[in-house]
Amino acid sequence: MSTTQITEATRDLSSEEQTRLGLYRQVVRIRAFEERAYRLFMEGLVKGTSHLSLGMEAIAAGFGEAMRADDYTFCTYRGHAHTLARGTPMAGVMGELLGRASGVCGGKGGSMHLTSVEHGAMGSYAIIGAHLPIANGAAWSAQVRGSGQVAVCFFGDGTTNIGAFHEALNLAKVWNLPVVFVCENNLYMEYTAIGDVTAVEHPAADRASAYGLESIIVDGNDPDVMYEVATTAIERARSGGGPSLIEAKTYRHGGHSRADPGEYRPDDEVAEWLTRDPVPNYRARLLADGLDETILEDVEAQAHADVDAATEAARAAPPPQVQAAYNNVWADGGSSWRN
Amino acid sequence: MAELITYRDAVARGLAQELRRDPTVHFIGEDVAAAGGVFKATKGLLEEFGPERVRDTPISEEAILGAAMGAAMTGLRPVAEIMFSDFLATCWDLVAVEIPKTRYMTDGQVSLPLVIRTANGGGLRFGAQHSQAVENWAMSIPGLKVVAPSNPRDVIGLLAAAIRDPDPVVFFEQKSLYPTKGEVPDGEIIDELGVASTVRPGRDVTIVALASMVPRAVAAAEELDGLGISAEVIDLRCLVPLDTTTVIESVKRTSRLVTVEENPRLCGWGAEIVSIVGEECFWHLDGPLTRVTTPHIPLPSSDALEDEFLPSVSRIVEAAQKVLL
Repeated sequence: MSTTQITEATRDLSSEEQTRLGLYRQVVRIRAFEERAYRLFMEGLVKGTSHLSLGMEAIAAGFGEAMRADDYTFCTYRGHAHTLARGTPMAGVMGELLGRASGVCGGKGGSMHLTSVEHGAMGSYAIIGAHLPIANGAAWSAQVRGSGQVAVCFFGDGTTNIGAFHEALNLAKVWNLPVVFVCENNLYMEYTAIGDVTAVEHPAADRASAYGLESIIVDGNDPDVMYEVATTAIERARSGGGPSLIEAKTYRHGGHSRADPGEYRPDDEVAEWLTRDPVPNYRARLLADGLDETILEDVEAQAHADVDAATEAARAAPPPQVQAAYNNVWADGGSSWRN
Repeated sequence: MAELITYRDAVARGLAQELRRDPTVHFIGEDVAAAGGVFKATKGLLEEFGPERVRDTPISEEAILGAAMGAAMTGLRPVAEIMFSDFLATCWDLVAVEIPKTRYMTDGQVSLPLVIRTANGGGLRFGAQHSQAVENWAMSIPGLKVVAPSNPRDVIGLLAAAIRDPDPVVFFEQKSLYPTKGEVPDGEIIDELGVASTVRPGRDVTIVALASMVPRAVAAAEELDGLGISAEVIDLRCLVPLDTTTVIESVKRTSRLVTVEENPRLCGWGAEIVSIVGEECFWHLDGPLTRVTTPHIPLPSSDALEDEFLPSVSRIVEAAQKVLL
């Protein structure tokens, strides 16, 4: 099977102003949130670790705009972006990062485990590969229930070398599940380049044919491309056409996590990818296509105001009560294991 | 009316009872549908419920449990078979890291009403990679309920309870028990998780056992009777929730405790029972708290060796005699 490469949207989106404003709002909000998360980590307010999507916003944005409200998102520990892109309130996400009772998981999840079922954000999974089979399960359930829902599963390039990736793709195809697998290939697993440890050039796309899937590589830094690709794959899944595997090429602006300055990456590579920054580039495109700059400025101002408000709310929120640590092990609300 | 059926047929009957009752119950696993299971414990289910609800999977344990987990999160009540409990190690991330922690980490946003059924334990000369008794692995993970029936009636009642339970349950079927028979009443059977059963009353020593160790403990109690020792046998039935009350009340009367477990010595579930009884019943005790276990070795294949190392009736008898010295 040949590889489909998509580096520009094939549809003329210049007339779809609301969609594109939605995409711009998404990338700007995620960018503003992630920059704030970084700052709060440096201030010691975000504890543990955090994995940012700076530079990779367009992928979550494209899918966030293309998904139906009741579709399911499964993402990784680098999941602030995907969780926000489903409409999860920033205050709840920020509260979770700060370990506060106001967090979406009451402070029990943290940066790596954001979940907001109400918004279709079905969890951020911190074990590489774990959530691909789980996304299949949600898709299987949707298929059985005839609900028309689609599960979208985001993961990194490093995931393509773990067994669960292969088990999940095979079962998704065999059961013709309404699931979209999205590999965010940012060229590095953690510290090691994916190309140094992978048998094929394109870690996801080159494996697609083994599972009877189309090999698709797209520009993950282009919101228009991501929206179009997402719309196509989701429609295919919703109409019974089965799973898709999309490899979105992108780049993280920083290291793998807060402990990593990312110094293993060549300067010229970093510089080249910074010229492909999705946020300013998309802004320039929208202006070139005739969108009013004041509208974009309003979007930016609102995003920053939302991040400020979320930060203030999280800072002001109390920590979880100690008793809460004993809650919700079981469905009865408690943690008792004996009588 | 009651009927004599095998432990194997009880599995199929229990599953059928729940598949019939609740359309959200689905059953998946390797060779479970068309082949009726490698132990033939799921025969006839495909014919009655069709390929959408009783579904064969590839040999992909992570894919199986992932499917069960994702489906349980979104409205189904899946039952997933992991053919041998040894294979839980191939999907341990799902068993130990994903499934039990998700409700907690999401602070109750997600429910996982799912059952992992698996054939556990030794006795069939399969060697160290298909004979492990690993119920203690599951017991050590907060967020998993752990069930291990010893007889056909309990297979049905506890399987029904596990399927109806809103939390994830690992359901260990002891594979050497599959051909054993027991009386099963007609009609629906539904039990409660976390309730032990005193299968034989006694005065001098409490013997706590699980799954295939229960018939051995009963046989030992009968032998002990002939030696003038009255042994009470408790079938725990579940490790989580753990019915400590039944055990503690019994030990308060008998003053002596022997646990009989199939898992290897270190960190077996008997150690937990002994620890609880030691802490909470110490002043009632008249003898050392004693565990009968498989030695801390991988289980050998040869029948002569396997029979030597799994807890036997004679080892249980000896242990009971010793605590009464």
